[in-house]
Amino acid sequence: MERKYLLGNEAIAHACLESGVDFVCGYPGTPSSEVIDTLRAQPERSYYLEWSVNEKVALENALAAAWCGVRALCTMKHVGLNVAADPLMTSAYTGVTGGLVIMSADDPFAHSSQNEQDTRCYAHFARVPCLDPASVQEAHDMIPSAFELSEEFGLPVIFRPTTRICHSKGDVGLGPVVAGSRKGEFHKDPRQYVVIPAHTRVLHKKLNEKQPAIRKRLVEKGFNRYEIRGKTAVIASGIASSYVQELLPEGVSFMKIGAYPIDEEWLGEFVRKHEKVLVIEELAPEVEETVRQVAGCVPVFGKKNGYAPYEGELSPAAVATIMEKAGFLKKNPFVPSEVVQNLPVRPPILCAGCLHRGAFYAIKKVFKDAIYPSDIGCYTLGLQLGVVDTTICMGASITVASGIAHSGETRDVVCTIGDSTFLHTGIQGLMNAVYNGANMTVVILDNRITAMTGHQPNPNTGLTACGVETPPVSLDAVCRACGVRFVETVDPYDLTDMINVLQEAKKRTGVKVIIAKQMCVISARRAGVKRGRYTVDTEACTGCGTCVRFGCPAIEFADEKARINELCSGCAVCAQLCPVGAITREGKR
Amino acid sequence: MTGSYDILIVGIGGQGTILASNILGEACLIEGRQVRGAETHGMAQRGGSVESHIRIDGQYGPLITPGQADLLISFDLLEALRYSHYLKKDGKIVVNRHLVLPTSVYTQKLVAPTEEEIIAALKNHELCLLDADRIATEAGSPLSQNVVMLGAASKWMPLKPETLLESVKRLVPKKTIEINAKAFGMGRVAGGKN
Repeated sequence: MERKYLLGNEAIAHACLESGVDFVCGYPGTPSSEVIDTLRAQPERSYYLEWSVNEKVALENALAAAWCGVRALCTMKHVGLNVAADPLMTSAYTGVTGGLVIMSADDPFAHSSQNEQDTRCYAHFARVPCLDPASVQEAHDMIPSAFELSEEFGLPVIFRPTTRICHSKGDVGLGPVVAGSRKGEFHKDPRQYVVIPAHTRVLHKKLNEKQPAIRKRLVEKGFNRYEIRGKTAVIASGIASSYVQELLPEGVSFMKIGAYPIDEEWLGEFVRKHEKVLVIEELAPEVEETVRQVAGCVPVFGKKNGYAPYEGELSPAAVATIMEKAGFLKKNPFVPSEVVQNLPVRPPILCAGCLHRGAFYAIKKVFKDAIYPSDIGCYTLGLQLGVVDTTICMGASITVASGIAHSGETRDVVCTIGDSTFLHTGIQGLMNAVYNGANMTVVILDNRITAMTGHQPNPNTGLTACGVETPPVSLDAVCRACGVRFVETVDPYDLTDMINVLQEAKKRTGVKVIIAKQMCVISARRAGVKRGRYTVDTEACTGCGTCVRFGCPAIEFADEKARINELCSGCAVCAQLCPVGAITREGKR
Repeated sequence: MTGSYDILIVGIGGQGTILASNILGEACLIEGRQVRGAETHGMAQRGGSVESHIRIDGQYGPLITPGQADLLISFDLLEALRYSHYLKKDGKIVVNRHLVLPTSVYTQKLVAPTEEEIIAALKNHELCLLDADRIATEAGSPLSQNVVMLGAASKWMPLKPETLLESVKRLVPKKTIEINAKAFGMGRVAGGKN
């Protein structure tokens, strides 16, 4: 067996290769993106692979492939499963023939997300099996089982790693790669695939009848297991079980939950052998609720009585605190350690030369007192520039803008949305706004790529996930087809142009769309675009601070003068805003 | 407590902390040892403060607990101070003598400590301070800074220097093997190898 030091997502991707996956699709989202990024980077692929335009589209594609009998993987982040929830719920009724694994990666602590929802609740809701790995090795080992379970029970299986699995690393034992060899064939069966009321009522009953056997099989598979060591017990799930194992004292029993639904009979037997139990899991009290159902008079400690938090991620330190408080650990082995206070923060920031910064600057200049709904992407960082007033979920900039515009609010409404997000779920909102006569301006921040999650191509890029050229969608034509009359494409590096077009839009009524188009500065650097750096003439610089307030990480300020550092990518926007023309291209003066 | 040797590598997104952590992970594999790691991806990467946890001989979770790290390797002075609470009492620091002021200093007028103040504060721990940029440039490329840092830190790591060097050779781009091998050696000298 080969051993490699791999990122959790790389190990998951490798396990898909070992499982002979035939069909792969998904929409990028941290922390899930590297699974498909790894699979699309394979030199030889015996499987079909695509980045889909959103998670609903992805899941429906994967479901259909699994109906045709092939093994399909569909990846997304937790909030992506909200978008895909519609097909998910009914796919449990229709079931599958080929294995269908839906990877929905949770993000406790919302490292890179808008909420901390728990995918396990969806699995419970849809009544499909869910696997919840505790380590990178287990994440790898669960994948072949996930496909087997899916085929055995004819149900989609949800695989739910968290950030600390996806973006953790470890030495992982790998198996041999198996080429996907199945050929899809659709067998017509309306009673299975056409969910009219008469059919779906029967399918719902069948789904419920599958449940007891699933619970038993998950215990047999060893995902849920225990060790009796004393009169008290800790029950933990997912990554939290790794933290518990690091701290577990002698004489305390341990149960590890890695799969749902949990066999209640088996669980109750374990719980009743103890005088008290503590449940440790991240996010929702999914395990704890089941434990409480079967505990009888055995006291249960957990979230519901205030011993563990409902929110945030756990860590060895947090688990030690919980165990000590609940009386399962005599002495916390970790001494509190003092954080150095009052250091200047270093949050993520738009790159030097990012096209969004120029666009935001111009928006703020033209629409001084406006409402700025925005969306999910790098440009959410426009918050630091005071040009992001709302974000809620993918595509919601345009819909929130039209809602505000129709509410009676009299100020201008200018929303921003990235190209990938616009194609994901922005178009419907635009069509709706035009149809219903909203007065608003939409700025599509078009950097030709899905940048935030690692530069995945989208229909706007002109390349498929596998690097094959494909006709790029015309954002201009899409907007016009939605009924927008004012559609202008500008280069946000050209501040004058950008400002002029925004002023023109401000004068008009109805829905106006401005496409601020320029390559992502990271893709440009990778493509070898060289623009030359800019520099400040310290004699001419008056130290007014206009360029510093622009917020570019390439601009510093010392001794009452601005200075441009080596991060400069040559976008030249600062040179256009300097009131005294002190910023020029290096070597030009 | 669990017998792992815990290293925290910190810096600013884009400085090469991930390659440095991969080199340590690969070195553990070469020596047939278990290893766990955790790192920053996604939104947090864009020029923000980043951290990589590496637990040599780690068997459990990937996260290092504050107050428990054996070694802190920092690509930036301010980040060294920000994460210094992760070190145990007798933990060691290897830090690049380089200070990038966060943009917040300019845009929000926040006050940053000076180089001297930071160094004085870090001296609570055994400290190895080096100019990795200069050494890397001397070795042939400023891009080999992360390997210089690993070279300097190698004296405190429970990994054989030969293994680390082999791992560097396996993981850096082919064309740069020679420069990086040199950078590792020069880093070791700068660190005052034991």
